[in-house]
Amino acid sequence: MIREKYLPALLITPSLSIILFVVAFPLAFSLYVSFTGYSLLTPGSMVFTGGENYVTLIHDPVFWQSLKNTVIFLTIAINTELFLGLGIALLLAREIKGGRILRTLFMIPMMFAPILVGFQFKWFFNDQVGMVNNLLYTLHLIEKPILWLIRGDLAMLSILIAEIWRGTSFMIIILTAGLMALPKDPFEAAEVDGASGFQKFRHITFPLLSPFIYIAMAIRSLDIATAFDLVQIMTGGGPAHRTELIWTYVYRLGIIDTKFGLGCAMSYVTVIISVVFAYYLFKQLLKTRG
Amino acid sequence: MRKKGKEFAFSFLAYFFLILMLIPALWIIFTSVRPEVEVNAYPPVWIPKKLTLEKYQQAFFSPGVGEQAVPVRDYLRNSLIASLGSAGIALVLGTLAGFAFSRFDFEGRDTLFLFVLLSRAVPGIALSLPLFMLFVRLKLLDTLEGLSLVYIAYNIPFMIWIMDGFFREIPKDLEDAAQIDGCTKWQAFLKVELPLCAPGLSASGIFAFLMAWNEFQLASVLTRSLSSKTMPVGLLEFTSEFVMDWRGMCAMAVIMFIPAIIFTFMVSKHLIKGLTFGAIK
Repeated sequence: MIREKYLPALLITPSLSIILFVVAFPLAFSLYVSFTGYSLLTPGSMVFTGGENYVTLIHDPVFWQSLKNTVIFLTIAINTELFLGLGIALLLAREIKGGRILRTLFMIPMMFAPILVGFQFKWFFNDQVGMVNNLLYTLHLIEKPILWLIRGDLAMLSILIAEIWRGTSFMIIILTAGLMALPKDPFEAAEVDGASGFQKFRHITFPLLSPFIYIAMAIRSLDIATAFDLVQIMTGGGPAHRTELIWTYVYRLGIIDTKFGLGCAMSYVTVIISVVFAYYLFKQLLKTRG
Repeated sequence: MRKKGKEFAFSFLAYFFLILMLIPALWIIFTSVRPEVEVNAYPPVWIPKKLTLEKYQQAFFSPGVGEQAVPVRDYLRNSLIASLGSAGIALVLGTLAGFAFSRFDFEGRDTLFLFVLLSRAVPGIALSLPLFMLFVRLKLLDTLEGLSLVYIAYNIPFMIWIMDGFFREIPKDLEDAAQIDGCTKWQAFLKVELPLCAPGLSASGIFAFLMAWNEFQLASVLTRSLSSKTMPVGLLEFTSEFVMDWRGMCAMAVIMFIPAIIFTFMVSKHLIKGLTFGAIK
């Protein structure tokens, strides 16, 4: 039947055209702009300048710093989220009182808009009225306010705490679901063989759980750029670029400085990093789907 | 006895972590109903002593009154239109495409599937610059239509991912049986497979809604005025260089996360199933 043959094309075309229009076409356009000196405030500046913007970025110390900060930020955030998420998931997968409600409540941070998380933690870490300093005062642990968002190292720590608060929740949910779906037989067999708790975790739980870890990581990889929202609000990349991430730097160059050409070049750096990361993870994941 | 102690310790730890994770959320709720004097009080007032709904009242009923008034009602309306509209359309289109990917074997299927998923990995901030330039030319800047269109594209890949998973769970025999009874593949889809996927539909629809509901990067660049600004962008207005209306912001935050929480709880089971499909052999 002819209709049946064209059915898949018919079903996919609407989705695909929208993606092409909203994602692929603008990306192609911004690739072009990234090779021009376009600035929003200078009319007639959309002239071809070759790879100048990319050369500018390579010689820009802030660019390298934002790259380094992003690697540090993501490495610490994702590993901590995974570690905490796994730990809490192991607790939740046991039979504890009110387990079902407990597992649902752990979803709450995941549903917060990243921008909201940013405001919330900006306020908690505020040196004058923030909850964190207030608590430390009340407990007589400090006498002078700690300048959380003003000192470079502490600012990085603060944005990390905010991101980890948000991301751990998602890890908990996926990993708890994974733990509860594990087959019982291998554990019973190990019990008979006299395996210790740690041995069981190392040789049974962890390998069986790894597809879930992959899924959690893959879905997170689609969303890591939303870290922009909270960092932009909390520190705006400051102080002195100490928390500048590749995404906040796009915003700084493109939107604040209105250098669209340079901003588009910078945005390509973020696109390549995100897409390569997601490609690797989804490639693995699609193998399991068959 | 020892075993019981251990179980107790584990429960205690679990609840401890829960409270630790919920403190930020509770603090926002508390602040939204505190009187102003408690916010900047020293020593800090942890649990509100007096309740006031003043900020909620201000958010909904008196926009334009007072120097700090933020038109929350307009932003709420815009958010609802953009999120519901884009989630609905993405749901229809994504389900159709998800069905095609899961049930048909055509050339380049896997590559196309990967391409669609990767389109979602492009950071919003990277798209915001070219979309801004494009939308200016197409007169789509600062319109809800433009923003919704972006959200549809943003949501389709995930929708396809989840629905593909759900369709794969349905035994193919069911479809074959329907076809033997004289249904075409399309009729089988409408009458057999789609109804079976209802939980998947609700879960992925709500997921799409939340994605748009919470989105900030694109909305902050593509919206300008009351006619299209959404709540995440509106939040910025509670802060200025010197003053910060914490209570107003917290009230808006509560208005933002209540639908998110209700919706997610409603479909959490199906959502988790949709997300983790394929992990269990």
